[in-house]
Amino acid sequence: MDADVPLIEVSRLSKFFGSVIALMDVSMSVRAGEVMCLLGDNGAGKSTLIKVLSGVHRPSEGEYRVEGRAVDFSSPRQALDMGIATVYQDLAMVPLMSVTRNFFLGREPVKGMVPFRHFDFAAADTIARQEMRRIGIDVRDPQQAVGTLSGGERQCLAIARAVYFGAKVLILDEPTSALGVSQASMVLKYIMQARARNLGVIFITHNVHHAYPVADRFTMLNRGRTLGTFRKEDVSKDEVIDMMAGGKELQDLSAEIAGMTERI
Amino acid sequence: MTNRPTDAAPALADPAPPLSDERLRREGRLRRAFGRPELGALAGTILVFLFFGIVAGDTGMFSAKGVLNWLEVSAQLGIIAIGACLLMIAGEFDLSLGSMIGFAGMVIAIPVTQYGLPLWAAILLAFSFAMAVGYLNGIIVIRTGLPSFIVTLAFLFILRGLTIGLSRLLTNRTLVGGVREHAEGDWFAALFGGKVGGPIFVWMAQHGWLDTLPNGQPVVQGVSMVIVWWLVLAVLANWLLKRTRYGNWIFASGGDAVAARNVGVPVTRVKVSLFMFTALCATVFAACQVVDFGSADSQRGMLKEFEAIIAAVIGGALLTGGYGSVVGACFGALIFGVVQMGIFYTGVNTDWFRVFLGVMLLIAVIFNNYVRKKVTGGR
Repeated sequence: MDADVPLIEVSRLSKFFGSVIALMDVSMSVRAGEVMCLLGDNGAGKSTLIKVLSGVHRPSEGEYRVEGRAVDFSSPRQALDMGIATVYQDLAMVPLMSVTRNFFLGREPVKGMVPFRHFDFAAADTIARQEMRRIGIDVRDPQQAVGTLSGGERQCLAIARAVYFGAKVLILDEPTSALGVSQASMVLKYIMQARARNLGVIFITHNVHHAYPVADRFTMLNRGRTLGTFRKEDVSKDEVIDMMAGGKELQDLSAEIAGMTERI
Repeated sequence: MTNRPTDAAPALADPAPPLSDERLRREGRLRRAFGRPELGALAGTILVFLFFGIVAGDTGMFSAKGVLNWLEVSAQLGIIAIGACLLMIAGEFDLSLGSMIGFAGMVIAIPVTQYGLPLWAAILLAFSFAMAVGYLNGIIVIRTGLPSFIVTLAFLFILRGLTIGLSRLLTNRTLVGGVREHAEGDWFAALFGGKVGGPIFVWMAQHGWLDTLPNGQPVVQGVSMVIVWWLVLAVLANWLLKRTRYGNWIFASGGDAVAARNVGVPVTRVKVSLFMFTALCATVFAACQVVDFGSADSQRGMLKEFEAIIAAVIGGALLTGGYGSVVGACFGALIFGVVQMGIFYTGVNTDWFRVFLGVMLLIAVIFNNYVRKKVTGGR
């Protein structure tokens, strides 16, 4: 495969919901072995963009190419079949079910002849434990319920599952937003591992402190439009923070709070 | 040490062996057993046996005849509890289960006695009706997104009303008898009535292990087909739930239907098929009763839907779905049978059975809630 052809590329993409413009002329791309951070405040259009990329919504205008070929997904399943896996914030995990049952949910390995065909738990347990260990999580017992895992471990399990089932592009929707510091760093480490395995990663977040260490490039979204794409070498963390919609407002806020304290 | 980030305090004494987690306590077998859904029902069963063993040990409750008696009662409930349990794990209820029993009974009895349909054909007809009703229940629940509680509550009344109305219209009665003579020589009907294993009991009697009647026959002639059905369905359903990919989908459909759909589980198909399976279980129950009693009564199966749900809950099934066990539901049914017959043998007023039921249900629900919190890490 030509390394110069992006795994995913959208150009001048727009999405309208009735009279509401959710996305306008958005362009971005991600290549193999690259982490592209999609940054933006709430309401910037991040979620709509992911939903277009993962096949939930169809774009109203613009082009969507996967490995150079134009595509028009009508269901998330089609995107998944082309190796575009989305790990949603609310996850696709059932807390009451075991790690193994969750890992293989919908794609259970089976063995035996048809009337006696059954879930091959021995193989599934081994694979689940092995895949989790690869990312540095030692699942004590693959039969334990996912509900007993920490938030970071659950997020990693969801990503590990997508990778194991042949994802080429990982779309991670705010994977660190609900996590504590050590949990978030676990997920960030795993993002770097996926990058090292030559996957393309689209990392959606509004936390620059999580985005900056792992990103190769940043795409800024603000009110449905892109402010542009920047290579990490070209921008500092503070510039990124400033560019995000919150940047200026945060400065105003600290000034305002300072003013309030003085008055008191 | 582990290679994962940890915010826990460093290990105090000797370093942990590689690839273990210092935050993981060694869990004893007993603690692990607590995570199993069947546990409560098993404990309950043991308690009930101990209690009646002491109180009614000398009343014949635990003679061969007595054992088969309460096994039969348990089996009747067990058959429908299995269906109710799988459906509950998939996150739905079927309150039309009891009415389905009465309805299926009439669908068997009326064509046979009034229109000369062979019994085997009538039983097959009842099964097809059950599948259709189950399908309808399921499709309405899924398509409308309404709680299955309400949809099947409607069918509880519709089916019961149809049963009474049609039997009065077609036969002028609400109890249709005379099925027994049609069962003669019908091998398919024999699957639902009569007894099996007769020779074994004769053999046991010859060796003096069983009492005999004055005519030399053993006191028990065999095991009722309803018990056989219970065992067969229990083994099948348990294997299906725990060992197959379909079983995995059942857990997922009840645990989180959206998550299950996201990863490609055909949630609609799973749920609809289980509504059909539940109606099928009700029909097995009905067929056994009609063939055994030789009659169908439009009042049959009244309140059975709740008993089935109670048995499933005692067996560890969560009302919210996603968790439960067929083995547990069978223990739940066994507790029912033993207590119902135990009360009969000890001569206690049977009115107290209902009180016992309610109390059992309450204890089971509180216990299950506790287990669920354990399973999901106390959250």
